[in-house]
This record gives sequence, C-alpha cells and structure tokens, in this order.
Amino acid sequence: MRESSAVRWARRIVLTFLTVFTVVPLYVMVVSSIKPLQDVQGAFTWFPSHVTFRPFVDMWHTVPLGRYFINSLVVATCATVCSVAIAIFTGYAVSRYRFAGRGTFMTVVLSTQMFPGILFLLPLFLIFVNIDRYTGITLYGSRLGLIITYLTFALPFSIWLIAGYFDTIPRELDEAARVDGAGPMRTLFRVLLPVAAPGIVAVAIYAFMTAWGEVLFASVLTDQSTRTLAVGLREYANQAQVYWNEVMAASLVISLPVVVGFLALQRFLVHGLTAGAVKS
Amino acid sequence: MSDTITAPGDAPARAPGGPRRRRRRPTRNLLPYVLLVPALIAELAIHIIPMLVGVWMSLLHLTQFFIRNWTAAPYGGLTNYRVAMDTHGPVGKDLLHSFLITAAVTVLVVAGAWVFGLAAAVFLQKPFRGRATLRTLFLVPYALPVFTAVITWRFMFQRDSGMVNNVLSDELHLVHGHPFWLLGGNSFAALVIINIWRLWPFAFLTLTAGLQSVPGDLYEAAAIDGAGFVRKLRSVTLPLLRPVNRVLLLVLFLWTFNDFNTAYILFNQPPANADMISIHIYNASFITWNFGLGSAMSVLLLAVLLVVTLVYLGTGRLRSRHA
Repeated sequence: MRESSAVRWARRIVLTFLTVFTVVPLYVMVVSSIKPLQDVQGAFTWFPSHVTFRPFVDMWHTVPLGRYFINSLVVATCATVCSVAIAIFTGYAVSRYRFAGRGTFMTVVLSTQMFPGILFLLPLFLIFVNIDRYTGITLYGSRLGLIITYLTFALPFSIWLIAGYFDTIPRELDEAARVDGAGPMRTLFRVLLPVAAPGIVAVAIYAFMTAWGEVLFASVLTDQSTRTLAVGLREYANQAQVYWNEVMAASLVISLPVVVGFLALQRFLVHGLTAGAVKS
Repeated sequence: MSDTITAPGDAPARAPGGPRRRRRRPTRNLLPYVLLVPALIAELAIHIIPMLVGVWMSLLHLTQFFIRNWTAAPYGGLTNYRVAMDTHGPVGKDLLHSFLITAAVTVLVVAGAWVFGLAAAVFLQKPFRGRATLRTLFLVPYALPVFTAVITWRFMFQRDSGMVNNVLSDELHLVHGHPFWLLGGNSFAALVIINIWRLWPFAFLTLTAGLQSVPGDLYEAAAIDGAGFVRKLRSVTLPLLRPVNRVLLLVLFLWTFNDFNTAYILFNQPPANADMISIHIYNASFITWNFGLGSAMSVLLLAVLLVVTLVYLGTGRLRSRHA
C-alpha cells in the first residue's frame, strides 16, 4: 500500500522532533558528566573542552553517595522480593479461584493506587512515630519502615500483571498437574511459575523501579543514616556551590541499572499490559 | 470489542457476545482467602488504616504539641475543613490557587503526553529501518528514575550555565537576555515541559500495545474504500483505541494531579506559579506542623479526585451503552 508524500513528511518531522526532545536531556546528562568543572560553571557548551572522568571519582566524596547507594539497594531489593512474593500468591488466588469478595478486593487494592500519596504520608508518619514510642520497634527513620511502605506501592500493579499472566496460561495445565496428584501449591510452583517466569521478572523490575525512584516518602521517613539516593541527590543541588558535572555523573550511574533492566524487559511489560490490563 | 475494562480474569463474566466461559460458583474453599492474607495485611497497614487515621486526624487540632501523643489532641469537628475551604482566609486562598495551578498543569500535561504518545505510536506502526531503535529510545525517559531526570532538567534550566538559555538566547536569538526558568512565571512552563517529557513515553507504550490489537484488515478495507491517512486515523484507529484511552487518560490525570516529585526536586520551594497541590499540603503540614489542617486538605483533595474519577468513568459507560 502506497502512502502519500505528505504522510511521509509528517512522519519524518514528527519523529525527528520527538527524537530531539527525548535525546537532548540524555545527551546533556552524559556529556556534562565528563566535563571539567569550569565547563559546567560557565556558559553551556555542546562539547567538553577536554574529557575527564574525575566527576565519576569525586562524586562519592562530595556527599556520602556510597551510603545512599547501599540504602537504596537494600530497601529496593527487599521491597521487590516481598512484593513479588505476595503478588504471586494473590495473583494465583485471583486468577484460579472464584470466591466471594474477589471483585471487592481487586477494586480496593487497585484504587489505593490512585490516592494521593500525601494522604497516607501524614498518618503513616504519626503511626510510625507512635509505634516506636509504645513498642520500641523503630520504623520511622529505619530501612524497615521504608521497605514495608514500598512493598505496598508496587503491589496493586504487580498483582494485576501477574494475575493477567496466569490468565494466559491454559487451565488444562493445572488440571493435568492435579490429575497427577499435585496440590495447589505444587501446581503454582511447578506449573504456573516456570511458564510465567518472564512476566514475574518484568514485574520485579517494575517493583524495583518504583522503590528506586520514590521521593516523597523517602524524604519524610528516613534520617541522616538511612537516606536513599532519591533524597541524597538533592543534597548536591542544594549546596552553596553545585558541582553539576558530579551531579550528572551520579545521575548517570544511578539511572543505568534501572534503564538497562527496563529496556531489556519492556517487551514483557507491554505483553503484560495487553494481557492483563486491556481486555478486548 | 467491548468497552469494559475489568480486573484480570473478571472479564469473561461480563463480556456480552464475547467468548463465554462458564461462570463458576464461588468456592467454599478456604485456600484463596489464605493466599490473600499477606496482601491484605500489607494493604491494611500502609493504605487503609492510615487513610482512616487521616480522616480522623483531619477532625483534630493536631499541632506540633501532640505529634508524639496524637490521641490527646483536642477534637475540633469540621474547623479544619472550614479553614481550608474559606477562600477569603489566607489558608483557603492559597489552597484554591494551588488547586487551580495543579489543574492547569494537569490539563496541559495530559494533553501533551497523549498527543506525543499517539503520534509516536501511529507513525511507528509501519515497519521501516530504525524503527526498533526509536521504539527503545522513546522509552528511556520513562525508565529513568524521576529524581535523576528532573535534576538533569534543573541543570538545563539554570539561568547562566543552562542549555535552554544557551540555545534560546545565545544560539537562536529567540529571547533577549537570560530569563529565569525556576523562578517566577516561567516556572509553570518548565514544570509542564518536564512532566510531558517524563510521561509521554508511557502514553506511547500503552497506545502501542493498544494498536497491536487493531486488526490489519480493517485498514485494508478502509484503504479500498479510499480512506486517506487522516480518515483512517479518525474512523479506524481512534475508535478502536477508545478502551485503551479511557484507562490511559485517567492514569495520566491521576499521576500528574498527585505529582509531588517533579516540583519538589526542581525547585527548593516551588514558586507561586508552580505550586503543585501535593507540595502545598506537604509544606502546610510540615512547616507549620499543623497535621490536622494538612489532613483536612488531603481528604478534600481525595474527595475531588474521587468525584472526577467517578464522573469520568460514569460518562464513559453511558456513552458506550448508547453508541
């Protein structure tokens, strides 16, 4: 089928515009991270006066970035593992069983995602402070408090996606396993999980990204020693003198793991979106 | 294609004319409930209970003296709501202003993100060389952690060392001198641009997924009937994308309206022109330590969002029933 040259030109112009719009900030991040300090303090230049990798070394000392990195890694990993585990069980129940209250449960869980975070933040802050006061369990200012909070953030979407994945797996497989004498849990772990593995990994990446990038709760519920990257990076930009080359180097290093993970698995996320979210 | 979007596994029961699966009776099996327990506990602990506590808090005079012992705070009835909604008083006036700013930002961002996403999804539908590369590239802004993306933009919007003023003023001579972007009136534009940059890839991703379900023979039939590009877009693509759009626009709306991160990282203290409502409530609560008032504002925000969402979903359902 031939298309008119007007359409061809429209495509070129639109795609060029979107490419430039997307790429310029990414380019600025990368190129500024290899500039010497005087380059980022004066007028902007498209190329560095000379290439230096000092910012990638210095960035660890200007603010305690290493500690923030470890905090983020611990919090995001634990939250991911917990939320994926919970979502697997929940997704299994939702996909394979019809039970009273199922619809209500899904509606409530999904609708918690639309509520403004600020609504939970103030009460959660007070609850954490008071739990500490009465039981001595430190949640406010600890990694544990943040882990518990984050694991629920990814949960609704994870349940949704995993249930959607399980739905695409024919029930005949479960029934065959049942006939062979496998119980429900065995069926879940031996039959459903291996088939849904790519989907589970995609969900895990999503959960990790959610926790890795969260800002609001991290800035209220952490203290000096448990601060995450999301809070820590702001420290650079609020200093009297901003080392923008180090800020950009740090941004690049912080972004790389999740961007690579996301791009590698986006195919499965798209599949999950179509399979789970939008039924035709 | 039905117009209902439901939880996974829920659809067969309610898809008229679609492939029907026999509706099973609810089991008396306890197992599904046991499987739900962890999720229920997590949701209760972090979402449901704090929300109820929040509603209770909004009825108290919960100031800094009662943070460690909030049950002792005096009951104030609807005083906090009255203060928050009194548009002649300083608190209510600022809240209304912040609400209007947030609404304006949201409209522009949702429209921008949707148009960009649709354009990319439609123009990348047909195979050509470099298509896969562009597809991956367009997703990068969405994959980037918010705070690194926004901090990069903050650098680009610096008055003297930023890339934006360098291009606009020094290279293209479009504007005179170096305007501020993170202060004053331009801060609104900065906030909108950054939000579009971050969100349009999500629209692109969702719409691409939606387009994959559009059968190719519909386009062929339209082409035989002599339909051009615009006609096909209007008569084939957009109607078939309607179920996807319904969810997509709602999600974009809620994300932008509730957004805290962008303004928080971009400005130390958001200027009046970029005073997003989440930040406004956050500041009102943590700077004056009046948690009761802050909670009342949050509950009001939730009420507005709920009404908008229900009206939106309601009109969609009505329209699809009459269509």
